[in-house]
Amino acid sequence: MDIVVRGPEPTDSERLAVDAVLGPPVSAWAGGVRDLGREGRISLLGGSEARSQRHLLLPALHAVQDRFGWLPPGALAHISRRLTIPPAEVHGVASFYQLFQLKPGARSQVHVCEDIACRHRGGLALERELRERHPGSEAVDIHGSPCLGVCEQAPAALVLRHGEKPGGGAIGGATARAVESAIESGSYPDAGLDWLKWAVPQSLHPEADLALLARVGRCDPASLEDYRRSGGYLGLAKALALGSEATIAEVVASGIVGRGGAAFPTGRKWDAVAKAADPERLVVCNADESEPGTFKDRVVMEGDPFALVEGMTIAGLAVGARKGYLYIRGEYPLAVRRMEGAIKAARAAGLLGDAISGSGVSFDIEIRRGAGAYICGEETALFNSIEGQRGEPRSKPPFPVQNGLFGKPTVINNVETLVNIPLVMREGGAAIAAMGTTGSKGRKLFCVSGNVARPGVYEFPFGITLAELIGKAGGVPDGRPVQAVLLGGAAGAFVGPAQLQVPLTFEGTRAIGATLGSGVVMVFDDTVDLGDTLQRIAAFFRDESCGQCVPCRVGTSRQEELVGRIRAGKPLGSLAEESALLDDLAQVMRDASICGLGHTASSALQSAVRLWGPGILNGAKLVDNHG
Amino acid sequence: MGGGTNSYREIEETDVILLWGSNARETHPIFFHHLLKGVHNGARLFAVDPRRTSSVKWADTWVGLDVGTDIVVANAMGREIIARGWHDKRFIEHATSGFEDYRDAVEPFTLAEAQRLSGVPAAVIHDMAKAYATAKRAMICWTLGITEHHNGVDNVSSLINLALLTGHVGKYASGLNPLRGQNNVQGGGDMGALPDRFPGFQHVEVEAHRLKFEKAWNAPIPAKRGLNLTAMLEAMDHGELKALLVLGENPLQSEADRKHAEKVLGKLDFLVVQDLVLTPTAEMAHVVFPAAAGWCESEGTVTNSERRVQRVRRALQPPGEARDDGQILHDLAKAMGHDWGPFSAKAVWDELRSLSPVHQGMSYERLEAGGGLQWPCYDEAHPGEMFLHSRLWEVPLNGPRVAFQVVRHSPPVEPLTPEFPIRLTTGRRLDDYNTGVQTEGFASPLRRGETIDLSPEDAGALGLADGEVARVISPRGEIRAPVRLTRSLRPGLAFMTFHFQDSVNTNILTIDATDPRSGTAEFKACSIRVEKLNTAMLA
Amino acid sequence: MAEPFREPPMWFHAPPRPTRVPMPPAEASRPAVDLVVDGKAVSVPAGATLLDACAKLGLDIPTICQHPNMTPVNVCRVCVVELEGARTLVPSCSRVAESGMKVSTNSDRVRASRRMVLELLASSVDLSTAPDIQRRCAEYGARPERHGSPEPASPEGERDQRVPGHHHLPEPGIARRVAQPVKIDNDLYVRDYSKCVLCYKCVQACGDEAQNTFAISVAGRGFDARISTENAVPLTDSACVYCGNCIGVCPTGALMFKSEHDMRQAGTWDESAQKQTDTICGYCGVGCTLTLHVQDNTIVKVTSPADREITHGNLCIKGRFGYQSVQNKA
Repeated sequence: MDIVVRGPEPTDSERLAVDAVLGPPVSAWAGGVRDLGREGRISLLGGSEARSQRHLLLPALHAVQDRFGWLPPGALAHISRRLTIPPAEVHGVASFYQLFQLKPGARSQVHVCEDIACRHRGGLALERELRERHPGSEAVDIHGSPCLGVCEQAPAALVLRHGEKPGGGAIGGATARAVESAIESGSYPDAGLDWLKWAVPQSLHPEADLALLARVGRCDPASLEDYRRSGGYLGLAKALALGSEATIAEVVASGIVGRGGAAFPTGRKWDAVAKAADPERLVVCNADESEPGTFKDRVVMEGDPFALVEGMTIAGLAVGARKGYLYIRGEYPLAVRRMEGAIKAARAAGLLGDAISGSGVSFDIEIRRGAGAYICGEETALFNSIEGQRGEPRSKPPFPVQNGLFGKPTVINNVETLVNIPLVMREGGAAIAAMGTTGSKGRKLFCVSGNVARPGVYEFPFGITLAELIGKAGGVPDGRPVQAVLLGGAAGAFVGPAQLQVPLTFEGTRAIGATLGSGVVMVFDDTVDLGDTLQRIAAFFRDESCGQCVPCRVGTSRQEELVGRIRAGKPLGSLAEESALLDDLAQVMRDASICGLGHTASSALQSAVRLWGPGILNGAKLVDNHG
Repeated sequence: MGGGTNSYREIEETDVILLWGSNARETHPIFFHHLLKGVHNGARLFAVDPRRTSSVKWADTWVGLDVGTDIVVANAMGREIIARGWHDKRFIEHATSGFEDYRDAVEPFTLAEAQRLSGVPAAVIHDMAKAYATAKRAMICWTLGITEHHNGVDNVSSLINLALLTGHVGKYASGLNPLRGQNNVQGGGDMGALPDRFPGFQHVEVEAHRLKFEKAWNAPIPAKRGLNLTAMLEAMDHGELKALLVLGENPLQSEADRKHAEKVLGKLDFLVVQDLVLTPTAEMAHVVFPAAAGWCESEGTVTNSERRVQRVRRALQPPGEARDDGQILHDLAKAMGHDWGPFSAKAVWDELRSLSPVHQGMSYERLEAGGGLQWPCYDEAHPGEMFLHSRLWEVPLNGPRVAFQVVRHSPPVEPLTPEFPIRLTTGRRLDDYNTGVQTEGFASPLRRGETIDLSPEDAGALGLADGEVARVISPRGEIRAPVRLTRSLRPGLAFMTFHFQDSVNTNILTIDATDPRSGTAEFKACSIRVEKLNTAMLA
Repeated sequence: MAEPFREPPMWFHAPPRPTRVPMPPAEASRPAVDLVVDGKAVSVPAGATLLDACAKLGLDIPTICQHPNMTPVNVCRVCVVELEGARTLVPSCSRVAESGMKVSTNSDRVRASRRMVLELLASSVDLSTAPDIQRRCAEYGARPERHGSPEPASPEGERDQRVPGHHHLPEPGIARRVAQPVKIDNDLYVRDYSKCVLCYKCVQACGDEAQNTFAISVAGRGFDARISTENAVPLTDSACVYCGNCIGVCPTGALMFKSEHDMRQAGTWDESAQKQTDTICGYCGVGCTLTLHVQDNTIVKVTSPADREITHGNLCIKGRFGYQSVQNKA
């Protein structure tokens, strides 16, 4: 491709940073040093081969961001040449992600969560305080961030440091002091088992019936031995013994459906890929957990990484894939490190790679880091992101099982879904199906946050009611009343105090017009300004819309403006007119957007208006219509 | 010259493309769109070019041969194909002649020998031979990098031999496609604007053809072919040719060796130039006929590289006294005592159809209706031939066999010497056209004027910096031009265009060695040296 | 001087006439797909889109980002139709027809979404040179003013610097717009992104659907998504080769010949006084059809018909802009 690069040339350190992740350049014509003896008349890398490296764009951008704290134009030029990607497209991709900066930044980047779980619990105050303490600092930049997935320890912050040895980590219960001390020391409170025990309150109770969370906070996540001792890899052994068809049959029998929010039957998905005509198939694990209020996947990856490796391996074996991609959101540096460690250990033990456990089956896993884009949790946007394109969702059909990553038949499952798999294999599909309810089988992880005494990830068989779950989490502190509960995250729906008896099942939540989504249960007591929460939800969708389709690109913006002007007490016309306009926006986004982000961008807002009337947007005194 | 055997759309569905001596990315951008569709559809692209051009950068494989060694590479491919048994023995048996002579002629071109002569690694020639020969569909496309040599016809023959050897001709998405540099080079030849042809390729030395035209034109026609441009220039030089009518050509600037062109044109008793603008050639003329622009001020047809005849139409009223080219010829005839009646492009076309069987089916109505028609088009129900030579695959063979042409390597006429150690090759750029007469009128943001393009290594050795004006000297003359450093050149190779002759007269440097058969000059290879301007000269 | 007559090589000769007219290999015939659109049965070949099926029935479906020569990007969503059994509406431009589908193209639900799409565009984009979209706005009753007062134009280059994520809410009652100064960085064409509906057509034309130059891409995210060169450099510092194929596919006049832009500014642009004539470009042997737009015996714009097999509507810099030599009249 006739790449035209006109900007500054890369410095030596910029070249090194890129080459460190891509390897030394193959060709002088693609970013190497001119050597006419070798390549005066030929090119050692040409044509389609040169153009096929686009999927390495995100790793290359990360390498530069990690090294310099931003993406210098010279480094981008080098990436363009190395990967044969036009500079405009490199820019298009780089400017899509929040964690990539196109301007130089300070040594440390602090992202303070200002999302719905943290903002009322000190997040906004923390951000303000940090900005005041570090104005125009060369050492630290402060960013407001969407949900960091550490809701159980609100308020949360994430520190990312660039340099030759880049680092980063999350801080829970963050204070300005804690953030500053992490910046100074380079060590983060997320390192030890306490961090996990905090995240899984049930881990402190030996009698708790835990399967998915059994190891979290109890076993050393770096130890394959620990994992094996606690039943790990029995599932894979069984799958290897059963073979592909019978493995899929077990998954079908278990009745497990996708835990990412869409609730599609996992066995059917696998079966479709296993039967695809194309022999080259892929497994992708969606660990781009970004739904505000969701943190279960992070906790599982940090606390039981081998379970995910095993789950993915079984999936690969079942569908006949040799390669799996694990796409982890960029805000989860610890999860990335733990998963890297687990994959490496599994490889060393012959549990990944060629001829797994001496069988004829080969499977390996590659980790890809996201870079700050909620939309990349949408499965086809995630594919585009891995492929080095902008993380814009694709039109469906075709569905991933037909035409997924790199155009190949692809199984894409959520982390929680995949960690269910070793369990299904070990205990048998029928045993899992016997748990839960008719419409919701097996166990479920709930992300309980907000105003409860013991927020965290909770594991229960399907069927527990909302009230029971809140009770298990210690109830609302100080005996305050529940004002509202958000189920399913920003894309979910609010329920009121009158609906606390709803069973947390797919069918139960559906019956009251709510959704289980990714298992978010965010509790708001009567001190919370729900209008502010709704404004934040509207802002979240405006921030996170990829901008591809008109309904969502403009609609999320208009929706945010609408909520903003009502909250400011300056509606255009009557509240009823504004309410009708909100309905119109909701309808066009739900009906005509490309993907789930647009489809659900109004659902939480609309649920609140349905429950409490449009005055809720204005922080009007609440009237529970249903109570 | 000739006819492209395939339609552009076929390259979108071929498997292997040899782009030989062509920077189509810049010289034929819309054809390159079709080529890239092929590449995106999975075709393997080999680009044979001494320079690493923007076209080459799309190639899977760059074959960076030395200027003037095309036959070496083609013959070595032929030898390799035969040696490996990749040739299409059934096709050769069925439809060709002269295979044994060809086989013997290419025998000396071993891969090692080809590497020695052309500089191309043996393995690359092997790969290209294998890919081309074993592809289901394959195309060779070329431009002036093949033809602008003293042995341009042989160069073309060497490529045709490869197609005959492998049966990559006469089939959908397989064939041989020269890309025309000008919008009606094809049409001009088709219409008989050649020294030996009537319209429709009918040879003047074939009596039946001549009689047909004599009858239609009601005039005797010489039984021998006329002169091609090279021969004309020679005849002018010898004083045998005394009067010349030039239509829309600018030989003073477009011919290699400008000094020579200026000399021989100056010897004419009478020079008439018919052109849009007062070109330097027109400035020399005794009479100038101002012509309307063919593409927007005239009516008629042009024929493109895929043999497609399309209508050109008058969109603008020509300025002043400018007239349609055909009208000028009509008026000239009338002044010379032949009244051809009122001029009409359609009437001329209808006469052509009546005399040229391959154009017979192309009524003006059909041409008006859509995107034109491809010759041959034998009758009004005929759709025109998408690709040529399908007859070669008919059993039994329909028509004569096609002969392999034995061609031998002949290096550029002007060898490199210690005095002139750099090979200068010429070409075009995307935003400019030929001698720049038409393109200089628009403000191209890409234009940077003429430069002498050098490798960083050569420039460094000569102490020349990017943008510095240098002396460029060939055995024929000297010019000055700013230096441009480009990684696309290797040491010993330099590049210039001929777009900016008013400021930098490249063709003072180029050699007038021409192919006697095509009359095309060796623009692609002369020898030069480049020197720093000394300060005394600057002052 | 002339050498004796010999049979010229085959490539230079009108060859003997083949027995059969040469044709491409027959494509495997595409089975018919039968569906029902607005209560009428229609049959299309497999692989056809719902829009194709609608066209066959003569239905008038609005489109903005759809282009006959390009892969559908289905982003404008104005062509949505209601498909029985589908949870949401579906874009007719890209949704492939399947047997048994029941489609409604003009239901209340469809009309509501189309109206809102048009309303959202009209409230955020300058549609003054997009008469087709204006007509659709009127047809569907779009009321862009419902969304607030138009935001003032952002300062030059400001939108190009916006980062994804965090942003500021405008004053209450203000509706965000993409308004910004026109980008004029060369003498051939201008980019007025106040008029950009982000249909991706220019990116496709500059990219692998035509020109393969990739001088522009979509950059940024959400409402700040925009068409941009790398780091928003001027075109003259980009890979742009000024083929103008982006102008050829722009549905709103955001990309425009400088000649047209200047004439519009001067108030002399008059399409009713323009005549379009098809001819063939004179600059190489490819044979591209040029449509010359002539006003007062002056070429004011050059396009190429989208349905021509050679160009598919595309040209190069010489064909599109190299006409000045015939204008420089004494």
